[in-house]
Amino acid sequence: MTHPPAATNPAPKVRVVTLKIDDHDVGARETDSILEIAQANGIRIPSLCYLDGLSTWGACRLCMVEIEGFSKPVSACSTTATEGMKITTNSARLKRYRRMILELLFAERNHVCSVCVSNGHCELQDLAAECGMDHVRVPYRNATYTIDSSHDLFRVDHNRCVVCTRCVRVCDEIEGAHTWDVMGRGVNCQVITDLNQPWGDSQSCTSCGKCVQVCPTGALVKKGTAAGEMEKHDDFVPYLAQMRKRQ
Amino acid sequence: MSEAHKITLATAWLDGCSGCHMSFLDLDQRLIELAEKVDVVYSPIVDTKELPPVVDVGILEGAVSTEEDLHKARMFRGRCQFLISLGDCAVSGNVPSMRNTFDLDDVLDRAFVENVQAQPGRPSESLPTLLRTVLPIHHVVQVDLFVQGCPPSADTIWQVLTELMAGNTPDPTQFTRFGA
Repeated sequence: MTHPPAATNPAPKVRVVTLKIDDHDVGARETDSILEIAQANGIRIPSLCYLDGLSTWGACRLCMVEIEGFSKPVSACSTTATEGMKITTNSARLKRYRRMILELLFAERNHVCSVCVSNGHCELQDLAAECGMDHVRVPYRNATYTIDSSHDLFRVDHNRCVVCTRCVRVCDEIEGAHTWDVMGRGVNCQVITDLNQPWGDSQSCTSCGKCVQVCPTGALVKKGTAAGEMEKHDDFVPYLAQMRKRQ
Repeated sequence: MSEAHKITLATAWLDGCSGCHMSFLDLDQRLIELAEKVDVVYSPIVDTKELPPVVDVGILEGAVSTEEDLHKARMFRGRCQFLISLGDCAVSGNVPSMRNTFDLDDVLDRAFVENVQAQPGRPSESLPTLLRTVLPIHHVVQVDLFVQGCPPSADTIWQVLTELMAGNTPDPTQFTRFGA
């Protein structure tokens, strides 16, 4: 007995493109972002808001790269590859820009590493070391942000938030709760729970802790962790994202 | 090496916990090797009271928090050929700078009135005037080298000093980081 052909739509054909990243010839699908292609080929591009398995946000601009023929750098996470692209990931200009971005992030809120629960396990701290940010040249803002400890298990310290929105995206796209969102503009932008209500009062939060695990800094932490104790594990995100796609 | 060719070194402790000087002392037996090449002419760990007019290398630990700190930072910059900002307090303000988000009057009341049972009240003399804002050293004077860490390890300090003594400019980001 032969089965009739499946009535599902055939998978869309994706073209393969060839391009150069830092003088390395690489091949990729035309739907791949430059950051994904670089990672697949072992080429390191610093990034902060990007997380494999979540939608692309393109906010931090740390992954910016230069493309031949483009007058301005573009973010590697949100730019797809095209045939014949010639990409530079680590020029002197890009290094200068990345360092300045990190300096502005450190100056914007309180990132005192020595008393942070994520000290030694922080992506922002690691990026500062990687990008050679040995001091901040701009004035510190010394702005005060709130700390919300109302949740039974977790705490959010907005002083240490870089507004990467990983928590917003993982809560929406993986957990499906959409407890987190974003409020305000510019330096006043901050993540909120529900309609800017205390996290502990949230009706939508499932207390799954995914937001805590994907947070790159000490902004979202487990309660009861001392300085240096809070280790994050975000490797579950690509797996869960794949499972979601197959459903 | 004769005494005449020794590098002169001065260190000072501004607003911080002195942990960076403790790390310096943690050089242990390497201090003897250092003493053969370096003459410590001014420091909390020696008895000299006056900073000499010309010093080869100056090391400042701690943030600029008071008028006295500001005076010392300027004096070091004026007299030291090469100035090192040592540790997170000096480089970023670190813990002392966490008072910047509060009103200075509230800070003083908290320290000298609210938390004091015997003779509460702000001191009127013998204490340096607090600056409104705690600043990293390079925000008040030019700094030649930044060594992060809270505190930087003895190995970090040793690498920095040995590189300098060899005539090289070290890159501390290769062996230390903020919060280390």
